Amino acid sequence: MAQMTGAKMVVQALKDQGVDVVFGYPGGAVLPIYDEIFQQNGIRHILVRHEQGAVHAAEGYARSTGKVGVALVTSGPGATNAVTGLTDALMDSIPIVVFTGQVPTFMIGSDAFQEADTVGITRPCTKHNWLVKETDALAHTIHEAFHVARSGRPGPVLVDIPKDVQFATGAYTTPRQMKSHYQPAVKGAIEGITDLVAAMEKAKKPVFYTGGGVINSGPAASQLLRELVEATGFPITSTLMGLGAYPASGDKWLGMLGMHGLYEANMAMHDCDLMINIGARFDDRITGRIDAFSPKSKKAHIDIDPSSINKVIQTDIPIVGDVGHVLEDILKVWKARGRKTDKEALASWWARIDGWRKVDCLSYTPSEKTIKPQYALERLEALTRDRTDRFICTEVGQHQMWAAQFMGFEEPNHWMTSGGLGTMGYGFPASIGVQLAHPEALVINVAGEASWLMNMQEMGTAVQYRLPVKQFILNNERLGMVRQWQELLHGERYSSSWSEALPDFVKLAEAFGAKGILCTDPADLDDAILEMLTHDGPVIFDCLVEKHENCFPMIPSGKAHNEMLLGAAETQGVIDAKGSVLV
Amino acid sequence: MSPLKIKKGSTSHSAYNLRPTFSDTQERHTLAVLVENEPGVLARVIGLFSGRGYNIESLTVAEVDHTGHTSRITIVTTGTPQVINQITAQLGRIVSVHEVHDLTVEGRSVERELALFKVTGRGEDRVEALRLADVFRANVVDSTLESFVFEITGTPEKIDAFADLMRPIGLVEMARTGVAALSRGAA
Ligand SMILES: Cc1cc2nc3c(=O)[nH]c(=O)nc-3n(C[C@H](O)[C@H](O)[C@H](O)COP(=O)(O)OP(=O)(O)OC[C@H]3O[C@@H](n4cnc5c(N)ncnc54)[C@H](O)[C@@H]3O)c2cc1C
Ligand SMILES: Cc1ncc(C[n+]2csc(CCOP(=O)(O)OP(=O)(O)O)c2C)c(N)n1
Repeated sequence: MAQMTGAKMVVQALKDQGVDVVFGYPGGAVLPIYDEIFQQNGIRHILVRHEQGAVHAAEGYARSTGKVGVALVTSGPGATNAVTGLTDALMDSIPIVVFTGQVPTFMIGSDAFQEADTVGITRPCTKHNWLVKETDALAHTIHEAFHVARSGRPGPVLVDIPKDVQFATGAYTTPRQMKSHYQPAVKGAIEGITDLVAAMEKAKKPVFYTGGGVINSGPAASQLLRELVEATGFPITSTLMGLGAYPASGDKWLGMLGMHGLYEANMAMHDCDLMINIGARFDDRITGRIDAFSPKSKKAHIDIDPSSINKVIQTDIPIVGDVGHVLEDILKVWKARGRKTDKEALASWWARIDGWRKVDCLSYTPSEKTIKPQYALERLEALTRDRTDRFICTEVGQHQMWAAQFMGFEEPNHWMTSGGLGTMGYGFPASIGVQLAHPEALVINVAGEASWLMNMQEMGTAVQYRLPVKQFILNNERLGMVRQWQELLHGERYSSSWSEALPDFVKLAEAFGAKGILCTDPADLDDAILEMLTHDGPVIFDCLVEKHENCFPMIPSGKAHNEMLLGAAETQGVIDAKGSVLV
Repeated sequence: MSPLKIKKGSTSHSAYNLRPTFSDTQERHTLAVLVENEPGVLARVIGLFSGRGYNIESLTVAEVDHTGHTSRITIVTTGTPQVINQITAQLGRIVSVHEVHDLTVEGRSVERELALFKVTGRGEDRVEALRLADVFRANVVDSTLESFVFEITGTPEKIDAFADLMRPIGLVEMARTGVAALSRGAA
């Protein structure tokens, strides 16, 4: 076994894991590793401007490639700055490995300079973490970290490496020598699969409810999902996290479901007789009021994490396994049993769905004077739709929901958003990670001005590495989503939901050496978007939009799917006291 | 016993009140959790219980395989069947956890706890204390002219009963280990 220093082992292990990019920020406790990075060429280090940015960039890289994203930060403040990103990745099941420096082992516990109990702090926000106290164990630990991050339900892991362990010499072990007892099962039990197929054959009002698990499972799972949907003719909806697994242009597509999902999707969920959950977790944005959630349906749930099953909603047909493996078996069994569905019942189910579709729930009042945010996204969609290499990231808020509603995703891994944690400041660094993974692609971050400011320092990163990320800011000069809730729930008392003292975004772009575009008139919008698209470099697009537009449809907190609000006229007094304690 | 018996369509008090759609009877379960004996593993298990709001009635831990570095954690917990199910599933997804057994559903098991009782007193009380200790098969492990320390093993209920009887006689301090449990039979 090759002998080398711990610092060198880190670099060697990254190479052996196929890592090409590391997002990071140096400091005293990781200097030996930075020294090794300096002396090689295989791994590119991207210097972010804040450790939170490094972790979100690693998330964007991971989600857009299906690979494990990597970040490297120093001890103490470097590690604590990474906590939000770790929590974000945990909630959204994103595989990343974060390396933190630590004070030398002999100083741990002495309140040493820049010491923090990093494994203690990050224990609840990682899938697993390790403090490595011996150089001999380092390489193995790193390989296991990658294994844990990507196996089963993916998630963030952290490896904390004291400085003396980086300096000391030890034996390197290769990925093939790595042994881990962590081996989650991927095959679903055949009983459940057969039960589900039998239910599919009889279903009169079925619906596929798909989620981020399909994306996690890999592109093959999306392919199988498409095959299953086309073969059965069942309607399909998806959560925010699963967009792109089934193409938005497909005729079985109902659009996103949930709190800000489409009317037809939510009504289909409410009225169905068979709900087939594939890699989604019955999040409260989906279920609304639990006891009124799809009251008459039989529910099947395919999930690789046994704890997701029966956590929120009682399941009739639980199937623990990987989406790809389970879908393959479902197709096999369904075909072997004669490819049966109740065609007549399906036709009348589709007729009802078409009735709901006619409601046209995304319609909004157009304006010739101000840019409606929905209009801005319709135009962005129209002008970029034909680019198959288009990746969309978002921040968090109304713009995020409008992006999900008005943009169409044809492929998995092309949509990066913070769903579970809802982290403002996610989108910009994520777009940097995506662009690094796909240098030639069109990467757009649909942002709100407030969210965007939370990690705006990453402009430096975008400019330094010539990353042509497009920051498409729907600027309503409001914390729009908060303002909407205050309008509906708190008597229009807009407490601290204004974005005051905003920067001049064009000048801000220029100050960083990037291009800024301001657009205020709907008539100029197309030209301005085209100017953004043709510019070869990072752009901040300041799109001044209607300030008090609300995001509809909306299922108010504490309401059922069939109590959806479709527009402004219906909003008076709809959320009762019980609903208003919910978020 | 099926932990999945659910009352359909029951009303809830809050939209987020997830429990009422499931059975709301409280059950007491004993879980055996085999873990990698590595630093922080106990914190992971305890953090799971506090972070997700589960109850711990008792928890014991010790390394049981010195060569394989595995420890056995025995947890007594209470909750609805759905919560108990969640607890076992959540424990199972901790990377350093190798096995989780719900001894309460997996068949018959034996449960034992050890306790030390300090009883002080003079005269008649001392005689009575010794007589009760004999009935409960408790051993005297320390004695002075004014005190005894008794050692007793048994089910938690037996220890509770012993404590109830000793309290009026002069029980002043007690230490309990928490439950250790194994399934009965060869399996
Ligand atoms: C402001 C805001 C509003 C929102 N509104 C909505 C909304 O209207 N609609 C909406 O849908 N969401 C909305 N969200 C997002 C929401 O909060 C959740 O993040 C999202 O609904 C969860 O998606 P999911 O169920 O697909 O689960 P994910 O978080 O993607 O979890 C994936 C599930 O799949 C499982 N899994 C992972 N890998 C595999 C595999 N290989 N095989 C099988 N299973 C696997 C996991 O165990 C997990 O249970 C909103 C978020 C924000 C911030
Ligand atoms: C870090 C963080 N802090 C606070 C919130 C609560 N929050 C959710 S949306 C929102 C407003 C977002 O405003 P903006 O980015 O301008 O987007 P808009 O809703 O206006 O489109 C806030 C404050 C959050 N999600 N994340």
